[in-house]
Amino acid sequence: MIFVIWGIIFALGIWIISTYNGLTSLRWRIQNAWRQIDVQLKRRYDLIPNLIETVKGYMQYEQDTLQKVIEARSQAMTSKGVKEAAEAENALNQSLGKIFALMENYPELRANKNVLDLQEELTTTENQIAFSRQYYNDLVTQYNTKQQVFPANMLAGFFGFKPSEFFEVAEAEKALPRVNLSLSR
Amino acid sequence: MIVFILFFLLVGAVIDYVYFDAFTSAGPVLPIATIVSLGFAAFATLIAYYGGSDIILSSLGAEKLNLQIPEHRELHNVVTEMALASGSTMPRVYVIFDPAPNALATGTNEKNAAICVTTGLLTLLDREETQGVVAHEISHIRNEDILLMTLVSILLGGIAILADWGHRGFYSSRTGRRLSNKNPLIFIPLLILIALSPLVARLLAMAVSRQREYLADATAAQYTRNPAGVAQALEKIRDAAMPFHKATRGTAHLFFVNPLRRSVNESDSKLADLLASHPPIARRIRLLYQMAGIAQRFMEASQALAR
Repeated sequence: MIFVIWGIIFALGIWIISTYNGLTSLRWRIQNAWRQIDVQLKRRYDLIPNLIETVKGYMQYEQDTLQKVIEARSQAMTSKGVKEAAEAENALNQSLGKIFALMENYPELRANKNVLDLQEELTTTENQIAFSRQYYNDLVTQYNTKQQVFPANMLAGFFGFKPSEFFEVAEAEKALPRVNLSLSR
Repeated sequence: MIVFILFFLLVGAVIDYVYFDAFTSAGPVLPIATIVSLGFAAFATLIAYYGGSDIILSSLGAEKLNLQIPEHRELHNVVTEMALASGSTMPRVYVIFDPAPNALATGTNEKNAAICVTTGLLTLLDREETQGVVAHEISHIRNEDILLMTLVSILLGGIAILADWGHRGFYSSRTGRRLSNKNPLIFIPLLILIALSPLVARLLAMAVSRQREYLADATAAQYTRNPAGVAQALEKIRDAAMPFHKATRGTAHLFFVNPLRRSVNESDSKLADLLASHPPIARRIRLLYQMAGIAQRFMEASQALAR
């Protein structure tokens, strides 16, 4: 009888340790993933002035748009926390997207090797941001699920594990672009 | 993996039983053949573990990237993206100057893994499709297939050598005398096992390899969130396929598509299936379109499969 009780206590101990360690390691991986996103974001902040500098001479009539990108960049650079950063990044994404779209109108720009290199750099940086965000959100899902399923939720509450925030994409970015084909007379 | 080691031990033990009278009072104290063969396997595994990927890469003529070339730069960027998506460390990246479109991953763990892509693949595929291929190779690294595949090829070699000993011993008269005082009902099936062991080992290896290909396709879809990218890459490669001359039977299972066939769209017959290192490409494409939820392409792929 005494062995059974000891066995149950032992199994319980192992379960507590493994749940605690699993949650802790996930928490660290989430922090690491967040730092990865941060690295990419910083790289993009460094690339944007170069791009603006290069295209400025060609895109004389788009000074407003360029100005908006610069503003969005400085806004994003000073943002704190996951949620605020996500919002600022979305604004920056939109203004950058506008520049890329406008660049299609300037054939000289598309023949410039410097611009092409910069564009590839920015494309990969954007992709890297998207993929690290995806990985981060995957980890957060895993972490939050692990905390909230029974019976681990009792332990998570006891040790003070809190759900992490997702890095969300703005509604505007998710919405499909609508093209108006009706002819106005 | 355990199946392989058990199989390996079984073959060694059978040789001991038949040729050295082991496990009986008259035989030697230790099962010699088993120990020798395991020792050999351990030695070969050590070599493969510490130098295997470099041997493979140099035998294929892989070269480091030159980041001044725009295509190489793009490949480097795509690999960085997929390493981030999978949350793994950045692998080493190589190119092979060869028109055959193909790719492979090698190494023993995440830290010393390498991804290798042919220049033919870079010119054939656009960015999205290259991303799919690279994601597939990263999946092989993340799913720990690269280590499994290295060990599998070593064990395949070991079993072949063991079976070779078995064949030779069969013709010596000394063994004949030994066999005469054993129960034929036991040793005849055992001899057949020895004779067929290379084939059986190969079947096992290829079955494992095929399953890992499906898994890597699925994991690639998870990393890119774009199964259609991988499927399109497979379609383009199928249409432009040519054999890759530097690949051998020993390295075929490392590649993205089977490098030995002239046409990778091999027949779907059961017998050809058993010995192939890769699943039929049409079936891989169909599964990917199924994941992507593109009904029309899925139907097309199904029809191609039925033909």
